Amino acid sequence: MPEPKFRSFRVDAVVLRHSDYGEADRLLTLFTRQLGKTRAIAKGARKIASRKAGHIEPFTYVKLQLAQGRDMFIVTQADTVDAYLPLRDDLVLTGHAAYALELLDRFTYDDQTENPTLFRLLTDTLSRLASRHDPWLVIRYYEMRLLDHVGFRPQLFECVNCGRAIQPEDQFFSFSAGGVICPRCGQGLKHLHNVSVETLKYLRHFQRSSYAEAARARPSPEVQKEAESLMQGYFTYLLERELNTPGFLRKIVGRD
Amino acid sequence: MLLPESIQSLINALERLPGIGPKSASRLAFYLLRATDDVADDLALALANLKKNTAFCEECFNITEAGRERCEICESTRRDGSVICVVEEALDVLALERTGGFQGKYHVLQGVLSPIEGIGPDDLKIKQLIARVARGGVQEVILATNPSMEGDATALYLRQQLEPLGVRVTRLARGLPMGGDLEYADQNTLLRALSGRQEMS
Ligand SMILES: [Zn+2]
Ligand SMILES: [Zn+2]
Repeated sequence: MPEPKFRSFRVDAVVLRHSDYGEADRLLTLFTRQLGKTRAIAKGARKIASRKAGHIEPFTYVKLQLAQGRDMFIVTQADTVDAYLPLRDDLVLTGHAAYALELLDRFTYDDQTENPTLFRLLTDTLSRLASRHDPWLVIRYYEMRLLDHVGFRPQLFECVNCGRAIQPEDQFFSFSAGGVICPRCGQGLKHLHNVSVETLKYLRHFQRSSYAEAARARPSPEVQKEAESLMQGYFTYLLERELNTPGFLRKIVGRD
Repeated sequence: MLLPESIQSLINALERLPGIGPKSASRLAFYLLRATDDVADDLALALANLKKNTAFCEECFNITEAGRERCEICESTRRDGSVICVVEEALDVLALERTGGFQGKYHVLQGVLSPIEGIGPDDLKIKQLIARVARGGVQEVILATNPSMEGDATALYLRQQLEPLGVRVTRLARGLPMGGDLEYADQNTLLRALSGRQEMS
């Protein structure tokens, strides 16, 4: 970990996760604009009268004063910018917000590098969910942008095998090759996933559009389901393990 | 320096406890090494008896003495069985009992929902709570999970599951901490305190 220039500094952060630490402290995993992903200790945060506690809950966008401790940063001050309260009043929104945080947590490292674009993507996504935009749309758009930033932008416009432009017909998708494989190249190949021409249309649209443009999309329930399971399969492949939040969401929604 | 295996294995065991890092674990292990024999003996005996002499109440899942099916609170005829207070951990029961202000019964979930950590409804004593309420005789369920994201999520899920049973579902009031100062309160606490305001009586 490189030495920070100042012993104490301010960061904009979103709390990704928290866990109990010592007697009454909390260990926070933060995604910050200035330092990317980092960890910090919030002393005394579990005491009910703590002034910091409410500011450092998961999903909260917070301005933090951090001091360099012996082996970790210590939170010395916390002020909420946006608590995205609606996310905590609706389980389905809680689950989607948690999914966004889990993906970011899994794809990033504690590398002490500023990352304003990713930070902006995260806060925009949380505020869209909190403003009750369609969660399916918000999350699919987020996934596409996240893949761009972490270096796994899928190839959706030409066949990753032969390089020919994709024609308007049902295609294959290869997780390991990171993109679409045309029906001619994909014939008889193993470990390929089907992607319908409709679903691909929306994925391509999300990849090259602004959020405002993407938000006008009105895909059918079948397309929504196919896109979701394809993307989650791709993430599971890239991360080499199952994500926790999709299972949680299925359980919560399944019992509605 | 390589430590003797008996010390290293104690350090490893202590490190697995919540809130204990490698440094604290070594400090405790060396303290026990230097302390008089009875300190270590008492600890060893207490640990050995912990699992042997305790069990979970089959009704509320609070901790009780081994051999008992139901805990003292569940058995008590002086406690009001029509009100169930749902908490995350057995320690929360102790905290509420210390206030002396609650005369109903409890249900210990043994954890809290956490989407990111992958803790779902089936990992908690939720089905058992629903079954308990469905058996009848319960008028009110007080959700006393922590005022955290996970506590809120758990309360929302429980409300969703309990409402069809026609029982009154309430949530522990969330307000400003005693001795706190409005100026320092976070948005979250302030808004919830405002929406949960009461008539002055
Ligand atoms: Zn091809
Ligand atoms: Zn009991």
